[in-house]
Amino acid sequence: MTKTAFAGVKVLELAELVSGPYCTKLLADLGADVIKIERPPHGDIARRKEPFLNDFPHPERSGLFFYLNTNKRGITLNLESATGREVFKKLVQDTDILVEDNPPSVMAGLGLDYESLSPLNPGLIMTSITPFGQSGPYRDYKAYHLNSYGASGLAQILINILPDEVDKRPLKGPGYLGEYDAGLSAAVAAVGALYSRLATGAGQHIDISKQESLIALERVEIGRHGNDSSIFSTVMLRGMVGGLQRCKDGWVVFTLPMEHQWQAMVKLLGSPDWVTDERFQDETVRAQYAPELNQRIGEWTITFTKEELFHKAQSMNCPVGMVTTVEDLLNSEQLKTRDFFVEVEHAEMGRVTMPAAPYRYSETPWRVERTAPLLGEHNSDIYCHRLSYSGDDLVKMRQAGVI
Amino acid sequence: MTRLPLEGIRVADFTWAWAGPYGTMQLALMGAEVIKIESTKRPDHSRMRSLASGPTATGPNQAPIFNELNLNKLSVTLDLTQPKAVELAKRVIAVSDVVADNFRPGTMDKLGLGYEVLRQVKPDIIMLSSSAVGAIGPERLYVGYAPTFSALGGIAHLTGYDDGPPIPLMGSSDLRSATATAFAILSALYHRAQTGEGQFIDLSSRETISVLIGDAILDYTMNHRVADRHGNRDQIMAPHNYYACRDKDTWIAIAVATDLEWQALCHAMGDPPWAADVKYADVYSRWQHQDEMDRLIEEWTSRHSHYQLAEMLQKVGVAATPALSGTEMFRDPHLLEREFAAEVEHPVMGKMVVIGPPWKFSGTPARVMRYGPLLGEHNDYVFGEILGMSREEIQEFVDEKVIN
Repeated sequence: MTKTAFAGVKVLELAELVSGPYCTKLLADLGADVIKIERPPHGDIARRKEPFLNDFPHPERSGLFFYLNTNKRGITLNLESATGREVFKKLVQDTDILVEDNPPSVMAGLGLDYESLSPLNPGLIMTSITPFGQSGPYRDYKAYHLNSYGASGLAQILINILPDEVDKRPLKGPGYLGEYDAGLSAAVAAVGALYSRLATGAGQHIDISKQESLIALERVEIGRHGNDSSIFSTVMLRGMVGGLQRCKDGWVVFTLPMEHQWQAMVKLLGSPDWVTDERFQDETVRAQYAPELNQRIGEWTITFTKEELFHKAQSMNCPVGMVTTVEDLLNSEQLKTRDFFVEVEHAEMGRVTMPAAPYRYSETPWRVERTAPLLGEHNSDIYCHRLSYSGDDLVKMRQAGVI
Repeated sequence: MTRLPLEGIRVADFTWAWAGPYGTMQLALMGAEVIKIESTKRPDHSRMRSLASGPTATGPNQAPIFNELNLNKLSVTLDLTQPKAVELAKRVIAVSDVVADNFRPGTMDKLGLGYEVLRQVKPDIIMLSSSAVGAIGPERLYVGYAPTFSALGGIAHLTGYDDGPPIPLMGSSDLRSATATAFAILSALYHRAQTGEGQFIDLSSRETISVLIGDAILDYTMNHRVADRHGNRDQIMAPHNYYACRDKDTWIAIAVATDLEWQALCHAMGDPPWAADVKYADVYSRWQHQDEMDRLIEEWTSRHSHYQLAEMLQKVGVAATPALSGTEMFRDPHLLEREFAAEVEHPVMGKMVVIGPPWKFSGTPARVMRYGPLLGEHNDYVFGEILGMSREEIQEFVDEKVIN
């Protein structure tokens, strides 16, 4: 067995789709023992979301569910039933971190809010992830990814990045970006509380608002509106020298905040005559001429493929990134060397390649020990072995719709 | 004062720019003592520069950007090109729990502060090095900033409209890397508390972005589909957009997943005849006709205020919320009630509003306690009180420009 950072940490997940499951995935991938609770009969809604293996929709073939739930064990439990709630409370008694994503009124209505659970397990760290947090006038507002992304200001900021802004309509982050962000932020807090508990023995309730998790990521840009908003915006590509440039087959982005990086770009371009224009010499005023400079730079970049230009520029210490597709990611030598992609075997899906983790630990490596659970796969494992229900109880609970 | 989660933890912080500093700042918000190590020759460049515009400030102590990314920290100045400064840095590390840097891989080794050296200084030290594409691999010396990470991470390609350019996300890409940094360090701290063992963590900023599009990556590995950008469209939900409202530059997000939500929206719109068209009768037909539908919905939303619409639609179970601008946030009743922002009194810039911690702990509340430090503000405290050096000794290092 590999040594893991969270060996012995018991996590209970009562969440679906992305944020909550991503939070517990981060813990599970580093060794925590995560039990995922799904609602019968259909389970996590992620099971009904794209992508499906071979475009064949099936609850055991969702790539989204697969990616977010490796290393967890899965059980089904219906909290609408009184028996289900009793079973849940038994699980909570033996849990270090509970991650849940229900509207605050729902948990309170079920008698499963922090105030009710904490007496059963004073060491419990309950992490609640909701669109707007546990307090405030919007706490029970319904919100999908589009909503949280917009409420956080990030959607308005995104559109301001565009070099040639045509439309002020806010733009959401791609896929489930903001949902992943909230899950990561929740994991930071949960581990902070876990660390704190080593000293105090006390659990606590952590209130994660997706809106605030996202605001934090543009804190510089948003913070300036709380002060003198004439402070220069940090997000616009328009005024950036280099910026986004077209190549033969795609795009690259230049970022040149330092004088030596401008010099590196000049060398990269072969020191063309136009560079010697005296208006471009002073780094403190150069950005004023960004549109003119960028047009010149673009006339040069269009003669290369993005990959050629990327490696050529970087070999000359010029910070250029190529705009990478998922296909490019899978072909990247750098990512291959770092074992960024791993193959995981699954009963219904066969071998599936997925991303590993962005951090490499010298002592407690990220690893996959277990594939994503089938719906209810570990019911007897958890209910009979961990909670000592009998096989007979299990049959009855299933017939009663509890599990 | 209540206890903070990371009370007693000390971090020797060599990070600069954005991705590194906000990583360690999260530890500082949780109560760790984070000592930023800079020098007057080479201050953190967010004191002076912005990615978007180049130079921004005339001095190192008046940058809102730096302030926002270095709250609660202390600052010392050590000229690490001098061996004596490196020795002093090691003395700080010897009494620290964590070392963090985001130099180009190999820089800490060249300075004589590589992990193999530091674990001799402090056997259970946790060291995290964050870099653009990681510390190993053929491209390890490649450099980058937030737009580079989002481009290389695969997210820029997915952001934007179908017929428009990709959008390299700016600061948020750095702060995403920073959040992964905080998580990685905290995990290692927990492991150390259990086992007494420190370790080295190699973090790749571009990979911190790629893990956030796992589902798009699996669509490729499973189905060979190369994902593209699709504006505000969802895979299946429609309506699903930001709609213009009555007042200039105000918007509402409306997302509809079910027939029930759709019916509630129609009713709120006053059941207009167009909405009864068979084109909008079910989830998939709405998705197929969403461009036309969006125009019709916007005709309605543009007659109302975004806040009124949100209140009205939420009451009937429709996910409608204002899409806020930075300015609006500081007037929003919800955010104000939740105290999402805090104030610090900065010795040079005066009263500064900053964003608070993104987590609310019931027992050990993380909080903003002080402004981003002035350059070298804590030399006396760190070298005098923590390392126990005499005034004369410190002055000698200052005179030799070791502490500088």
